Amino acid sequence: MSERDDAKPAGGPLLTRGYLILLALSALGVVLILWRFIVGLGVATAMNDGYPLGLWITLDVVTGTALACGGYALALLVYIFNRGKYHPLVRPAILTSALGYTMAGLSVAIDLGRPWNMWKIPLFFRDWNLNSALLEVALCIMAYVFVLWVELSPALIAKTRYAERVTPFLDKALLWVIALGMLLPTMHQSSLGALMLLAGPRLHPLWNTPLLPLLFLMTCVAMGYAMVVFEAIFSSRFFRRPSHTAMLYTLQKFAAWGGMVFVVVRFVDLAVRGRLALVGQLDLYGVMFGIETLLWVLPAVLASRTHANDPGRLFRGAMCTAIAGGLYRFDTFLVAFQPGPGWHYFPSVPELFISAGLISIELAAFIALVKWFPILGGIRSET
Amino acid sequence: MDTSRRSLFKGLAAAATLSVIPATAAAREKRLAPSDAVGMLYDTTRCIGCRACTVACKEANKLKADVDGYGAGLYDAPEGLNEYTKTVIQLHRDDTTSSFVKKQCMHCIDPACVGACMLSALKKGPFGVVSYDPDKCVGCRYCEVACPFNVPKFQWSNTTPKIVKCELCRDRLAEGKEPACTEVCPRQAVIYGNYADLLNEARGRLAASPNKYIPKIYGEHELGGTQVLYLSHVPFEELGFRFSDTQAVPHTQQTIQHGVYKGFAAPVALYALLGAVMFRNRGAKGERDE
Repeated sequence: MSERDDAKPAGGPLLTRGYLILLALSALGVVLILWRFIVGLGVATAMNDGYPLGLWITLDVVTGTALACGGYALALLVYIFNRGKYHPLVRPAILTSALGYTMAGLSVAIDLGRPWNMWKIPLFFRDWNLNSALLEVALCIMAYVFVLWVELSPALIAKTRYAERVTPFLDKALLWVIALGMLLPTMHQSSLGALMLLAGPRLHPLWNTPLLPLLFLMTCVAMGYAMVVFEAIFSSRFFRRPSHTAMLYTLQKFAAWGGMVFVVVRFVDLAVRGRLALVGQLDLYGVMFGIETLLWVLPAVLASRTHANDPGRLFRGAMCTAIAGGLYRFDTFLVAFQPGPGWHYFPSVPELFISAGLISIELAAFIALVKWFPILGGIRSET
Repeated sequence: MDTSRRSLFKGLAAAATLSVIPATAAAREKRLAPSDAVGMLYDTTRCIGCRACTVACKEANKLKADVDGYGAGLYDAPEGLNEYTKTVIQLHRDDTTSSFVKKQCMHCIDPACVGACMLSALKKGPFGVVSYDPDKCVGCRYCEVACPFNVPKFQWSNTTPKIVKCELCRDRLAEGKEPACTEVCPRQAVIYGNYADLLNEARGRLAASPNKYIPKIYGEHELGGTQVLYLSHVPFEELGFRFSDTQAVPHTQQTIQHGVYKGFAAPVALYALLGAVMFRNRGAKGERDE
């Protein structure tokens, strides 16, 4: 991990005007979270017995963790496909992942009806239902949050007096921790897809396929690369870091082609199972499917024409991939879920502000941590 | 073939293995009702909609009145199953047909909620009853996503909420009594009994008066079979039974899950592979261009 020693704290004043807005949104979120525990889920949210999973699970957990797969996707590239030159991007990606997954865990705790029983999930192993995809997701995400912070720990302890004692040990152990950091997302991101297999007959046939686990895994990798691009462009603009545009261009290409492969797999699967006719229908489902497909294909169009010096196009491509993946997950968990006549769901205002608060906390923490700790690459020439 | 190219193929092979396993995994065996299974048989032609069952259920299970529905504030008149109501009588009526229908947990032979539940707070207990233990429930509500009959309900109005669903009065069964709803039914529209006996009874009624019924026992095969069985004189879809597939809901997910995670071999193998490839790459310091 020594090659990352050129990473430096970004420094600069923390409490800018924009940052204060983030803090205000965070504070509002925290107040609303406390309120939610006082009044209960029925009052605080629009969730109901037809739509028992709402915005928090769909956005902060199912979509949020996929967007936090930058660390996973980049680790695959750097450590498995041995593309060492992407190393400067790894540390900020791991930070984004650690924060994203931590926030996902937090929003689960807010969403659970009986969170005081949460500690039993990892400890009551005699009661583990090994058939439950959700159990696997829960255990993997708990473990992965821990793994991510361990992966990040060299940056966090670099300046402390523990650094000398801990670093040699970490250097040795980190390989196996990072390997775990690649295994766990492979498992739980695919299992997130498997979750909705159990909605079975109540999931619209355009989304209900035995390939759900594979499709979720593919999309999280594409979304991960897109988020690395997004985050790097953001950092280069706000912290005046080298932009690594050539590398980002390649990463976004991976994301775009990943999206294309996803679309092909999906269409072949629909064709094989004789459901292709549903695609052209002009109902809500056909239209949502169409928008998803368009958003997946668009990045490939953008990437195929992008010039290395067009960060705007790069940015739009990455946004497209992230939104495509997010929409796919929203559709699978909410839009395509059909609990039957009479059930409706649209998030309540407190639900929206709690999600906004969690995202603000995440963003505020990211900014603070890159200013204080050596996360972002220093001035390093392009390769 | 250089190191990194080789590692690329290894990675792809691992990914391919993981994704192919589900396709080749042996299909999961069909579950059968336990030998001591009990259940209920409901017959729409006998039900007069008196709702004695609903009232008895509320008493036996100490459930609060649902005063939000008809005649707000005056009557305990639930419109459907909810956090106060474990069984309900609904009316279906259109131009040609009219029927009451009783709703409660179907006590599936292969329940989706049990497959969903992380710590088995919901499980198949004695007599095949799908029972609930709040001490092991974290309130994730995944059972509600899984249940094809929209049965489990959540105490939304409670700050320490539980899941609410019919448990076939399992505390009464333990005392040798029958469920409250079947005990009070004045027309034996819903009866309690041994699952196999109930199936025979239903078959007998179908054979005796074939013109009276839709020729089907709902729950005999639907979604893997349910321990609560239905006979009806109107099509089951009209009574709100949306699904007639015979495959149990957990079948696909568990076939895949068991395929990929059998003996936890695939994850361990993948972990070893990832570690090994990384270990190899560590010396290589690959700064390759694309």
